[in-house]
Amino acid sequence: MSEWSIVWEARSTILSGLWLTCWLFTASILGAFMLGCLMLYLLERGGALAWLLRGFINTMRALPFLVLAYLLYYGLSQLGLRMNAVTAGLLAMIIYHGAYFAEILRGSRLVLPPGSIEAAQAHGFMPGSIFLHIILPQLLLRTRPLIGNQLIYALKDTSFLAIITVQELTAAANAVQATYFIPMPAFVVVILLYWAITACLELAVSKAGIFGKARGFENV
Amino acid sequence: MSDLPAVEIRKLSKSFSGVEVLRDIDLTVNKGEVVSVLGSSGSGKSTMLRCINWLEEPDSGSVFIAGQRIGYNSDKQRPMTNREMAATRARTGMVFQSFNLWPHLTVSQNVAISPIKVKGMPKAQARDLATQLLEKVGLGDKAEVYPFTLSGGQKQRVAIARALAMSPEVMLFDEPTSALDPERVGEVLQVMRDLSGEGYTMVVVTHEMEFARMVSDQVVFLDKGLIIEKAPPEIFFTNPASERVRRFLDRQD
Repeated sequence: MSEWSIVWEARSTILSGLWLTCWLFTASILGAFMLGCLMLYLLERGGALAWLLRGFINTMRALPFLVLAYLLYYGLSQLGLRMNAVTAGLLAMIIYHGAYFAEILRGSRLVLPPGSIEAAQAHGFMPGSIFLHIILPQLLLRTRPLIGNQLIYALKDTSFLAIITVQELTAAANAVQATYFIPMPAFVVVILLYWAITACLELAVSKAGIFGKARGFENV
Repeated sequence: MSDLPAVEIRKLSKSFSGVEVLRDIDLTVNKGEVVSVLGSSGSGKSTMLRCINWLEEPDSGSVFIAGQRIGYNSDKQRPMTNREMAATRARTGMVFQSFNLWPHLTVSQNVAISPIKVKGMPKAQARDLATQLLEKVGLGDKAEVYPFTLSGGQKQRVAIARALAMSPEVMLFDEPTSALDPERVGEVLQVMRDLSGEGYTMVVVTHEMEFARMVSDQVVFLDKGLIIEKAPPEIFFTNPASERVRRFLDRQD
């Protein structure tokens, strides 16, 4: 039996890893995106909370993702707050990439011309409504490439969760290679699967460019 | 209620980092009146306009929109909440020098969104209103395009339709033609002329002498933060009281 056919025989392990990776990725980027938008809104309102959030975002940017995952899984359980590995991993992903999404949007917010916001104020919009209907849509159209990049980072960060025992794609490949001692084929298959997901993401992000193009937002 | 002025400014003062931009401004704009505000750059005319809807918060003095004080809740003796502020601003319409359309929305959505989100108007009704107002400013065929495809004059006419959609008590124009190339100025002034003919109350900060002369009921001249002349155009342009205004008018020809 060739090494490749061993990988094929072990496909259910790899597929269930793939499924968990896709699920973790999707749930975490949705959560992270909403968290990022929420943090941006709170930053917009200013005050002590905004100051704290800036500190939090800077901390996340200085922290390696793996350390955060360790902290939530092992660190908190030492304090008596025990989560299962998937929950801890999901939470780490949401917090970490939420901070990055907030930072991407904040950067774009700083250079958003104030005129469209003044116009909304003059027309009687409330601050929350201005954020939701005027500021956020423009920021999303402006930051599409950066958000696309962040999605790919987020996908790859899910593989760190193997280390805190989450049985995602990398962990599944590792299990297969360790059982049959076939590291090369096992990891090559995994690389191809990550690449395939990345290619889909790239395609989706570039397709999303048509929204910006129709509104004159690309190449601005 | 109809005898209340559309806008009343009392003892308005404003400084920017120690420099006095407005000093004790008093101005009354009656319903249906068109008031042109003239003055050289830095005279405070835009700041005065922006104080009317509180985009600029004055240091002292008060502004009333159709009898209601803006920025301060007189009944409860405290500054307005965000909600009160928004509701009061919604009674004024503003047109900016740089248009400030919302680039992510179509022309029709630009006009319809404020009635929907601010007044809670049903979407279909707001769309009809937008169609009707865009026809009025001569842009019925541009409803479904995005602002970046329009010329400056077209953008400004959309901005006027957008402000009209809120049925404001007063329309505030902040140098509406200053960012336009000369060939596009006329189409915007024509729309404004039509509005004055329909009885809209307007305060227009402008450098367009011809417009001020032909359309306004009152011309106000600001210099170094003070109103130094206020007169009907036939007097303002032929026999102004102040030497400063005479010099200003001499340089226009």
